[in-house]
Amino acid sequence: MALKMVKGSIDRMFDKNLQDLVRGIRNHKEDEAKYISQCIDEIKQELKQDNIAVKANAVCKLTYLQMLGYDISWAAFNIIEVMSASKFTFKRIGYLAASQCFHEGTDVIMLTTNQIRKDLSSPNQYDTGVALTGLSCFVTPDLARDLANDIMTLMSHTKPYIRKKAVLIMYKVFLKYPESLRPAFPRLKEKLEDPDPGVQSAAVNVICELARRNPKNYLSLAPLFFKLMTSSTNNWVLIKIIKLFGALTPLEPRLGKKLIEPLTNLIHSTSAMSLLYECVNTVIAVLISLSSGMPNHSASIQLCVQKLRILIEDSDQNLKYLGLLAMSKILKTHPKSVQSHKDLILQCLDDKDESIRLRALDLLYGMVSKKNLMEIVKKLMIHVDKAEGTTYRDELLTKIIDICSQSNYQYITNFEWYISILVELTRLEGTRHGHLIAAQMLDVAIRVKAIRKFAVSQMAMLLDNAHLIASNTQRNGICEVLYAAAWICGEFSEHLEEANQTLEAMLRPKVTTLPGHIQAVYVQNMVKLYASILQQKEQAGEKEAAQEITQLMIERLPQFVQSADLEVQERASCILQLIKYIQKLQVKEVPVAEEVIALFAGELNPVAPKAQKKVPVPEGLDLDAWINEPPSDSESEDEKPKTIFHDEEQRHSKPRHPEMDEEELARRREARKQEQANNPFYIKSSPSPQKRYQDTPGVEHIPVVQIDLSVPLKVPGMPMSDQYVKLEEERRHKQKLEKDKKKKKQKKEKRGKHHRHNSLHTESEEDIAPAHHVDIITEEMPENALPSDEDDKDPNDPYKALDIDLDKPLADSEKLPVQRHRNAEALKMPESEVPPVEKKSKKPKKKEKKHKEKEKDKGKKKEKEKKVVEEEEEEKKEEDLDFWLSTAPPPGSAAQPQSGPQTSAAVASEPEGVKKEEREEQQEEEEEDEGKKSSKHKKKKHKKEKEEKSKDKKKSKKKHHHSEEEMAESVQNGTLDDEPLPPMSSYRLLAENPYIKTTYDIQGNLQNDSQVTVSVIFENKSTSFLKSMELNVLDSLNTKMLRPEGSSVHDGIPVPFQLPPGISNEAQFVFTLQSIVMAQKLKGTLSFIVKNDEGSTHEKLDFKLHFSCASYLITTPCYSDAFAKLLESGDLHMSSIKVDGISISFQHLLAKICFHHHFSVVERVDSCASMYSRSIQGHHVCLLVKKGENSVSIDGKCSDPTLLSNLLDEMKETLSKC
Amino acid sequence: MQFMLLFSRQGKLRLQKWYVPLSDKEKKKITRELVQTVLARKPKMCSFLEWRDLKIVYKRYASLYFCCAIEDQDNELITLEIIHRYVELLDKYFGSVCELDIIFNFEKAYFILDEFLLGGEVQETSKKNVLKAIEQADLLQEEAKTPRSVLEEIGLT
Repeated sequence: MALKMVKGSIDRMFDKNLQDLVRGIRNHKEDEAKYISQCIDEIKQELKQDNIAVKANAVCKLTYLQMLGYDISWAAFNIIEVMSASKFTFKRIGYLAASQCFHEGTDVIMLTTNQIRKDLSSPNQYDTGVALTGLSCFVTPDLARDLANDIMTLMSHTKPYIRKKAVLIMYKVFLKYPESLRPAFPRLKEKLEDPDPGVQSAAVNVICELARRNPKNYLSLAPLFFKLMTSSTNNWVLIKIIKLFGALTPLEPRLGKKLIEPLTNLIHSTSAMSLLYECVNTVIAVLISLSSGMPNHSASIQLCVQKLRILIEDSDQNLKYLGLLAMSKILKTHPKSVQSHKDLILQCLDDKDESIRLRALDLLYGMVSKKNLMEIVKKLMIHVDKAEGTTYRDELLTKIIDICSQSNYQYITNFEWYISILVELTRLEGTRHGHLIAAQMLDVAIRVKAIRKFAVSQMAMLLDNAHLIASNTQRNGICEVLYAAAWICGEFSEHLEEANQTLEAMLRPKVTTLPGHIQAVYVQNMVKLYASILQQKEQAGEKEAAQEITQLMIERLPQFVQSADLEVQERASCILQLIKYIQKLQVKEVPVAEEVIALFAGELNPVAPKAQKKVPVPEGLDLDAWINEPPSDSESEDEKPKTIFHDEEQRHSKPRHPEMDEEELARRREARKQEQANNPFYIKSSPSPQKRYQDTPGVEHIPVVQIDLSVPLKVPGMPMSDQYVKLEEERRHKQKLEKDKKKKKQKKEKRGKHHRHNSLHTESEEDIAPAHHVDIITEEMPENALPSDEDDKDPNDPYKALDIDLDKPLADSEKLPVQRHRNAEALKMPESEVPPVEKKSKKPKKKEKKHKEKEKDKGKKKEKEKKVVEEEEEEKKEEDLDFWLSTAPPPGSAAQPQSGPQTSAAVASEPEGVKKEEREEQQEEEEEDEGKKSSKHKKKKHKKEKEEKSKDKKKSKKKHHHSEEEMAESVQNGTLDDEPLPPMSSYRLLAENPYIKTTYDIQGNLQNDSQVTVSVIFENKSTSFLKSMELNVLDSLNTKMLRPEGSSVHDGIPVPFQLPPGISNEAQFVFTLQSIVMAQKLKGTLSFIVKNDEGSTHEKLDFKLHFSCASYLITTPCYSDAFAKLLESGDLHMSSIKVDGISISFQHLLAKICFHHHFSVVERVDSCASMYSRSIQGHHVCLLVKKGENSVSIDGKCSDPTLLSNLLDEMKETLSKC
Repeated sequence: MQFMLLFSRQGKLRLQKWYVPLSDKEKKKITRELVQTVLARKPKMCSFLEWRDLKIVYKRYASLYFCCAIEDQDNELITLEIIHRYVELLDKYFGSVCELDIIFNFEKAYFILDEFLLGGEVQETSKKNVLKAIEQADLLQEEAKTPRSVLEEIGLT
């Protein structure tokens, strides 16, 4: 045995390692495949050995080969073997290989579940890390379901390294196993305030990704994110948050209003282009979502456009590209702002980078006007000529057509010009878009009656020169235009001047080389042409000429009868017979023209593309009903043909079309006529369209005469459309002159000027009248068309499953599956140790077994409770958000409300109930001012609030609704019993005089270990106006107020708002401190000016600002495993207190400690609870609170003894008040 | 981010990281298509292109192209930043990185990427932290390796 092993390891020395393999491959450039297959054979041998190091080496090599494109799925099992190696070196390689080649279809993947679970709970954080990384690549729905709980536990791991990975991978888990979202969300939300910036940013990432897909479920988080946005300095995080807001604002326009200011500030201040770009994008999104009737935002749009201009002008191609991209978003809503930068965008059309040119093209679409359309298209035509590469040229072509045809040819003033542009475009070589041009030709010729004569002459020319278009096989895309040309010439043959010549052109033998569908149209339309020629000749009495033309048809048609294309053949032979018959009649000298022309009588009107879809379903017709009962399953196979036959018969017996009686038809016709008469765009069959055409101004110049049909299409020197541009300019100029003449007065000098400078540019849009009064026929729609444009959502959207309401409290049934039997080594879940008593719906997991029996009894009761909680939470959420959104802070103030809950605490839970009511009234008044213009939504809210208030009044003062909820929120992971909690407010009185009352609260700053934020609420109690408020404190050595740069320690800080009578508002002041182990008191003064009818007086109010030790603590959740480790670590100092005479319930007591001293409950057993908090400087504080009969004892442990004793003293004081 | 590809000027794939589950066949197809498109672009062209319903952001460093696919709403500039940050990390780790470093130590390049991005999202924005994590993990690997000699392994000591 030993010998075998020795042999194995000696062999190993001769094994190739990765480097050898890579080198080998590089040395065998000629016969790489052969070399590699040889290597794979070696690897297969290596994988058969027992030695894990050999295997790992082999797997490593395989991973490399996989990248080169070789299939290594056969080694999946070996990869799992390496993954489960105990040594990190190998494990790492195994997971890497797995993450590269495992996917949902890998069948052995289910074998990995337990291994991954083991690695996740490994004491070595890198084992855990590597497992998380790997899992993020190959997580399947099964893995997600089985491991969700383990990963969720890791989100509270002591190491931030693991926490951030766990948080990020949760997103993948949610995608694969959407049921996990609700149970895991509370904890994910907690991570937004994780002390570690990496974890925080990971949580922001995940929530932003979730919210982008289903924004409406995340609206309630807006205040929290707003706070993060205003406090964060990390651009990576900022970008995510700003993107999130971009997704939220369409749902809540008020949010947009609130965002504009901070965003514009960022735009002004940031130097990071990526952030700038994101801000601009979100501002655009916000402005789009806000109603357009907000003129004061034009400044923001202007700012965006300006910044984008800078980007576009930048030499960096990337910025240029993005600038154009963002511009096109603005264009949709604010075309005017973009149009002023036309010069810049036209310039970009000349850029050497194709992708930039394409972006600029997109923009052009929105920049055209009647005035500049010709100019822009001319420029584009030049680009078409210059363009190398068919893709770009095709893109140009479609853009030209898009631009011209947009909104019903709105910007085209001269259709002759447009037709000649289309004709010019047919000269493009190798374009794929022949059908597009053809469609445009047809559309214009049909819908613009006045242009038909001109269009027909041009089309006749195209038919005449068909050899140019059709000769080159490469150009076959373009031959589609012949389809249009033939149809137009045939349908409107009355306009054709040289019909004979055109007919001959259509009968040329060359035509038979065209695609079948075009030939078919040729055949059909040559009859139309023939008919009109026939009529012409008969009327003129030229019988011989008429017979000649018939003879010509009979001679040439057989070439189509022989066509291989069925359609062509059928039509041709049909028509040939018809014409032979005509010939017979002609010989007998019977006039036939009238009858032949009757074949094509009547006008064809365009039908709207959706017309078919919009035909209303007649009453009593159920389209889903079976026409025949489906054959029952019992029927045997042989019977089936019979049924089909039966069906067939039935179908034949039915009339093909439901016959409409004459009356109905007449009625409909009448209705349609009525409708058309009322439609200004519908051109009524005017007696002579030709005449109208000639009446229009400028028609003298229409160069029908100038075009010599014998001259090839291309007019040398100058493309045809250019002539029209010139003509159009002249025409416009003339028009203007005429107008000027009318005005006469004192305009003569000025006119001279206009004359010299091109008058085109001084004309305003409205001045330009179209060359001919072109009425565009609207497309026909069926009567009573249904106004339906239902946009169907993609049912296969993978993110749809994550559209889950997150604010609803968790139901009992919603928990992550927990592995119970096999995870003996796994970390103990803190939750499972918590007794079921304090279990509330907020908690995701429970011990099921214990619970089940109880549940039955409690079932009903619980449901009720749940409902109440649900309602309350719903209300609260709404209120918070509404309140947060409705209090727009004064511009530039530092008084951004910190977050929803906090502000609502500030307002809603004053210590004295009476005061509170006053406050509410004020708030209502404030809102009413705003509400005047606003929506039902607010009114509803008012009602709600009022109802609530009346409820409150009925209740005793102690039971305050708001504060209850507030409690619930602040005792996040603590208890949440049904027992009502007394009102609490963290705001303490600062100072008060007859004019003003100030209350304050101190909050530690997570981002900075030596700063706290003091939020002060100023309330005007007087009937005067309070202004120029300034707050100043005497700094101590340890604690200093943060003043703006350049001001001395004696300067006060102005309060960024004024207070009208009875109004209150909140401002925040930042203090820096060195040591936080002792409480501090700072003396200070608030000075302000009281202004009323009698004049203004200067007033002062002295105060003492008390920084308690508790205000340096930050509520930090801690799980029992981490807590236990902390206590075991032994570097904590201990101290205890005991307070007698406590009468309140234990639950209230805990709530008080949580609320006033910023602790969180780790776990609670009966009348004993462990609590945890952390100071801003990272001191851990652990408490064990025990309740006796009438007393409470608190044992504390903390890394700093002074801090601990001070904290306990403060606690003693709080408790003794109970 | 949906995936990241590294390939050489010759079109040889040097690194691939997929954050969306795709079959090998699809991956190969996408890779081939993208490598062709990106290599065909002229050097002065901008780094973004629209491809299928994704946006491709790429950047060339020496002989290597770094190419990322992001979704419609994602920020192109921050993606360039991510690419740059990754190159910086490689540079710091290998000490002025070159293509050969990545070829011969491709697993290291993956490890660094995995510490920087997870599931297509930026995991750690601090360069220092990423390198620290890698160094410590490497150290762990060294520790595991050093006491093990051939003899030890076969159980003769």
